[in-house]
Amino acid sequence: MIKKLNFLGMPTRDKLNLFVSVGTLLFVLGIIDVILNSFFEMNITSFLPRWINYFTPLVFSFVGLHYIRIEFSGIRILDRLNKNINLNWFNAILTSLIIFVLIKNIPPLLNWLFFDADFIGTSKEECSREGACWIFVNVWFKRLIYGLYPNSEIWRINLSFLMLIGLVISAFFVTPKIKKYIIIFLLFIFPFIAMNLISGGNFGLEWVETPAWGGLSLTFIISIFALLFCFPVGMFLALGRRSSAPIVRYSSIGFIEFWRGVPLITVLFMASVMMPMFLPDGVYMDKLVRVIIAITLFEAAYMAEVIRGGLQALPRGQYDAGKSLGMGYWRMHLLVILPQALKLVIPGVANTFLALVKDTPLILVVGLLELVGMIDMAKTNPEWLGFATEGYVFAGVVFWIICYSMSRYSQYLERKYKTDR
Amino acid sequence: MDIKNTTKLFTSFFDANPRFKNYLPQALTLFFIIFVIGYFTYNAQVNMDNRGIDFGFRFLGEESSFDIQFSLIEYSGASTYARAYLVGLLNTILVAVIGIFFASILGVVIGISRLSPNYLIAKVAEWYIEIFRNIPLLLQLFFWYFAALRALPLPKEAINFFDISYLSVKGLYVPKFVWTNFDIFLYSIIASIIAIIFVLKYARKQQEQTGRRIPSFFISVGIIILIPLFTFLFGGVSLTFEYPVLKQMSETIYNYVGGVSIIPELMALALALSLYTATFIAECVRAGILGVTKGQKEAAASIGLTPAQVLRLVIMPQALRIIIPPTTNQYLNLTKNSSLAAAIAYPDIVLVFAGTAMMQTGRAIEIVSITMLTYLSLSIVISIFMNWYNRKMAIKEK
Repeated sequence: MIKKLNFLGMPTRDKLNLFVSVGTLLFVLGIIDVILNSFFEMNITSFLPRWINYFTPLVFSFVGLHYIRIEFSGIRILDRLNKNINLNWFNAILTSLIIFVLIKNIPPLLNWLFFDADFIGTSKEECSREGACWIFVNVWFKRLIYGLYPNSEIWRINLSFLMLIGLVISAFFVTPKIKKYIIIFLLFIFPFIAMNLISGGNFGLEWVETPAWGGLSLTFIISIFALLFCFPVGMFLALGRRSSAPIVRYSSIGFIEFWRGVPLITVLFMASVMMPMFLPDGVYMDKLVRVIIAITLFEAAYMAEVIRGGLQALPRGQYDAGKSLGMGYWRMHLLVILPQALKLVIPGVANTFLALVKDTPLILVVGLLELVGMIDMAKTNPEWLGFATEGYVFAGVVFWIICYSMSRYSQYLERKYKTDR
Repeated sequence: MDIKNTTKLFTSFFDANPRFKNYLPQALTLFFIIFVIGYFTYNAQVNMDNRGIDFGFRFLGEESSFDIQFSLIEYSGASTYARAYLVGLLNTILVAVIGIFFASILGVVIGISRLSPNYLIAKVAEWYIEIFRNIPLLLQLFFWYFAALRALPLPKEAINFFDISYLSVKGLYVPKFVWTNFDIFLYSIIASIIAIIFVLKYARKQQEQTGRRIPSFFISVGIIILIPLFTFLFGGVSLTFEYPVLKQMSETIYNYVGGVSIIPELMALALALSLYTATFIAECVRAGILGVTKGQKEAAASIGLTPAQVLRLVIMPQALRIIIPPTTNQYLNLTKNSSLAAAIAYPDIVLVFAGTAMMQTGRAIEIVSITMLTYLSLSIVISIFMNWYNRKMAIKEK
């Protein structure tokens, strides 16, 4: 088949200009055909039978790409083009397919997202309905971020998160000594301050019940607290799994493998319906607290495996050195092993946190509404029926930005700690 | 007494009796575990006594009296709770198998494309991975179910695939296979698989001993086509198709009858699970291929293999060893993630058993433990199978 294409002769350097111009012309013709077809409802090849007509752009660009595939042409752009997207006939077909699919789909997508979309307004009647109706997101924005938290109290959530972000950022710019204090404050004191600020009940703050919490802020409240609590538990489990005492080892293995073997959704069910049965009679524990405990136990198992990886990565010499200095088990681990192992597992911890953030939307099965749950609620509101797509796209973009930047950061950490050793 | 003396006392005691030093943490752990379990059991006992319920699995034999929208086996409201559990379990396994199948294919394709020399293909694959990996699975599931599949046309204007399958908002309707003497056909398939195994073994032996290559691939294809074909000609096996037909239910409501209907919940779930898991599998595949040393590729190219042959005969067999263990993890994750079905009302084990059945019986402890144990066993089965496969593929040191 390929040989028959060469009625102009084999594409060679001798007739470079001829081949490049004919090839480019055909390739451009193919693209123009697609554009005319999809946006102007014109068909320049309509005289052909339908089944050929359908493939004409592909044929044009395939032949075009074949003619410009000239090795060592001496033109830099052409050589790079051939090397990157036009390696052989199979690659040429894939390349043209991808280009055509992109041409066909991206403009309508952009139109829906931006050019035909409505941004400003207060009711759904102001939406033209040709593009996306971002008014939906606009109107519900506070609910999507803060859940049913009373409007007048929202500053409390803002303040907590601003404090957190401020402290974390300032930790990067201060001397190591102050950094240590900031980290200790962040880990041991700040959670209580934030909890008090958000739930209220004292210091003249109005009490806000946990069912009113929700939206994106709840995602972070749950994942940050779960991460904070699951770290020490995971550390003990990891040490237990590597312990030489059989009872300690096997109970740790059993615990870890149990939580790793069940889906989070059943863990949440356990927290919501089974856990109250296990509490002493008359003791009531808030649902959010139960969910955080369950997620903590669940994540602790994964964290234990991450930390175990770090412990295993340390060379034996470190253990031997610690022992030869006469250190006991705890002193050796606290002073020698864990400081090094924990540094190794920072990227793994970041990945676990990422997975945790991605898993939090699941809490909607037990009736806690974070971002995805709030969208679910908003889209069933009788005044705003039929805007599910906008809501999901918005939530998708928000989660994507969070998760993508976090995964990028953890990749950066991975590279950074790799070169350190 | 001051603390220093006490510590000293303990230290000297432990130094004198090193065995105690080993047993103390174990004894403490054991005590802690027994205490926690005992405390919870006691509380549960008290709570259940207060509410007048007793612990037990007898409810499994009672009549369930609820209906399940989609079931692989015979089920009605008169069936038992145990039957409902089985329906849920089979639905979970069904969606997990479909998801694993598509996720593997897509994952391998995307993983290889990610390493393609073609800039466009590599970029598209990379962005596919970055986009689908970083959006929560539940959100993707909701998007497919509530936004994408709801936008499909009504049955009357269904998307038509060659007049045999129809895709509409009510689901995908495909022809149903109507077999006579299906068992004979099944036996013939099993027989041909056994025959193929023998042929492959013989071919390998011949090649190892004499160097002669037998076209075992074509022989295998021949066997698997010919033997079942004979059953059609002589064994009394026949196959007809039952096509879905559009029928008017009432004045405005149309739907398809006949054929097999694949409900939108199943489609959305399979779609979301495979698109999401494929990104992780693609990364495993990519890591595996990159893990094969460059020398192998160059050696293979230098003995004159084509790029496709290099990939199939040299790179892939070695890459598989690196790919399998992390991919096993992804299969396990997919199976566990299939429990998200409950969020879009696909009747899997969580929705049927931990949802509806628990609402009706109120037996939280029994039902949640059964559900958790089921997933635990599914995970164990998959990891045992994949470990076996991994051992088979591992380098055999001679």
